[in-house]
Amino acid sequence: MSTSATFRETPSHAASPSIDVESIRRDFPVLSRQIRGKPLTYLDNAASSQRPRAVIDAISNYYSTSHANVHRGVHTLSQEATDLFEAARERVRRFLNARSTREIIFVRGTTEAINLVAQSFGRPRLGPGDEIVVSWLEHHANIVPWQMLCEQTGAVLRVIPITREGEVDFAAYERLLSPRTRLLALSHVSNALGTIVPVHRFIEAAKARGIPVLLDGAQAVPHIEVDLQALGCDFYAFSGHKMCGPTGIGVLYGREEVLRDMPPWQGGGDMILAVSFGKTVYNELPFKFEAGTPHIAGAIGLAAAIDYLEGIGMDRIAAAEHDLLDYATERLRAIPGLSIVGTAPEKAAVASFTIEGIHPHDLGTILDHEGVAIRTGHHCAMPVMEFFGLPATARASFAFYNTREEVDRLIDALQVAREMLG
Amino acid sequence: MDLNDLYRDVIVDHNRNPRNFRPMPDASRQADGHNPLCGDQLTVFVKLDGERIQDVSFQGNGCAISVASASLLTESVKGKTVTEAEEIFRTMHALLTREDCGIDPVSLGKLGALSGVRAFPARVKCASLCWHTLDAALHQQTDAACTE
Repeated sequence: MSTSATFRETPSHAASPSIDVESIRRDFPVLSRQIRGKPLTYLDNAASSQRPRAVIDAISNYYSTSHANVHRGVHTLSQEATDLFEAARERVRRFLNARSTREIIFVRGTTEAINLVAQSFGRPRLGPGDEIVVSWLEHHANIVPWQMLCEQTGAVLRVIPITREGEVDFAAYERLLSPRTRLLALSHVSNALGTIVPVHRFIEAAKARGIPVLLDGAQAVPHIEVDLQALGCDFYAFSGHKMCGPTGIGVLYGREEVLRDMPPWQGGGDMILAVSFGKTVYNELPFKFEAGTPHIAGAIGLAAAIDYLEGIGMDRIAAAEHDLLDYATERLRAIPGLSIVGTAPEKAAVASFTIEGIHPHDLGTILDHEGVAIRTGHHCAMPVMEFFGLPATARASFAFYNTREEVDRLIDALQVAREMLG
Repeated sequence: MDLNDLYRDVIVDHNRNPRNFRPMPDASRQADGHNPLCGDQLTVFVKLDGERIQDVSFQGNGCAISVASASLLTESVKGKTVTEAEEIFRTMHALLTREDCGIDPVSLGKLGALSGVRAFPARVKCASLCWHTLDAALHQQTDAACTE
């Protein structure tokens, strides 16, 4: 964290970020790829980011030199694997400023983290008429687990409306809170629109009423500094693959006091201290929630990704991405018939848009022929699309390794699409 | 894979000016089609006179490929018998999905313009959605047709 503290003197809205993007791009092998004879312009980072060599090497080195099962053997490899795995947990704790590694549970990703909370925290506590509050911004992973929980318990889902700009309506949220509210489950950053939700206010209002809070941080952790102790939420979920780490690894943070009272979610090896047919004693935190052999290489790769991101500095990453977003927004707005969907004043580097007369799916295909990778469709957030009355949008999402020149290529490719179909 | 092979003039024209793009209040059969992946949604209406398709139309929204395919569908099956329309459905299904279908696109007239879609696997479902929906309407299935 000390590296990042020294950079904090640079205002986050600095016009010219001081990262050396050309040198950074050389760290990512895939960025030198050609697609149909054109340089790859990868603008689908909100779906999944790319991997720097350091992460690929960390995984490869682990399998080449130190792999064995963790928490089991007395032999050297098992000890090395356990040390690396637990060091990764400590790396995550430090990155997010959690109090203890007992609060860091490795899971498959954001989706699994939220399902764990729904089933282990929600299911024993909720009953008919209890309420779970989510926002209209959520992607499916922060909707469907709660709907399933509602079916199981008779609880009810209450949805905070959003504004035309794509902001969560705080006044409406306060009106929704009731004596029956048992949980607030809220996005930190919207995947479909990029809105950065001012979660401090939402948490404060929930805490004043004793309501537990889960934040879905899948889109926040890769782009902004997250301090869990400062946030004060009870749960925080995110995925490795959106932050330059491996797929299939993610983290559920839970406050220790809350986790301690929760029953295990899945049963199996590693989550027990002693098993007999008479009585099984569960393991302590965090292992109680990690049944079976974990994704050891994934955790090690995630730690390498955190090292990489912090080596650059999260505030410099945020500033560079903000600069790209400003530039892209200005250039997109100049295209006739183009509408940007999601115009909140505080946004992560996501530009969702539509072009009159051209379906996003056609844009996706035509852009791909220009080497430009974007996401088109509902972005696994169908209620957001429904709110704006759109079947789909095109979404360009930027990472710190993208350049203004790549924004220009996006714009040129959109012009090709307009000539072809407009 | 040339983009112009996908977005041929016929496709671009039928996307800009879809034929028979209207509701049909007195339809004898109708079915909804939905492609959950890209959000394409359409309804195909059929008016039957005995075995003969007297009129056919569609409504909905989707990409250029799905709109053009539906527009071309209405032109191709209007006036045909149900049996003939089902034969066209089978031919189009083979044309869109099978490399070795052995069908000469030229023999299909304007419908042959859709043969370029096969080289774009992510787009085959866009072109086939309306055909599945027509098939569902002709068989009077009540559930929405789905490409998944």
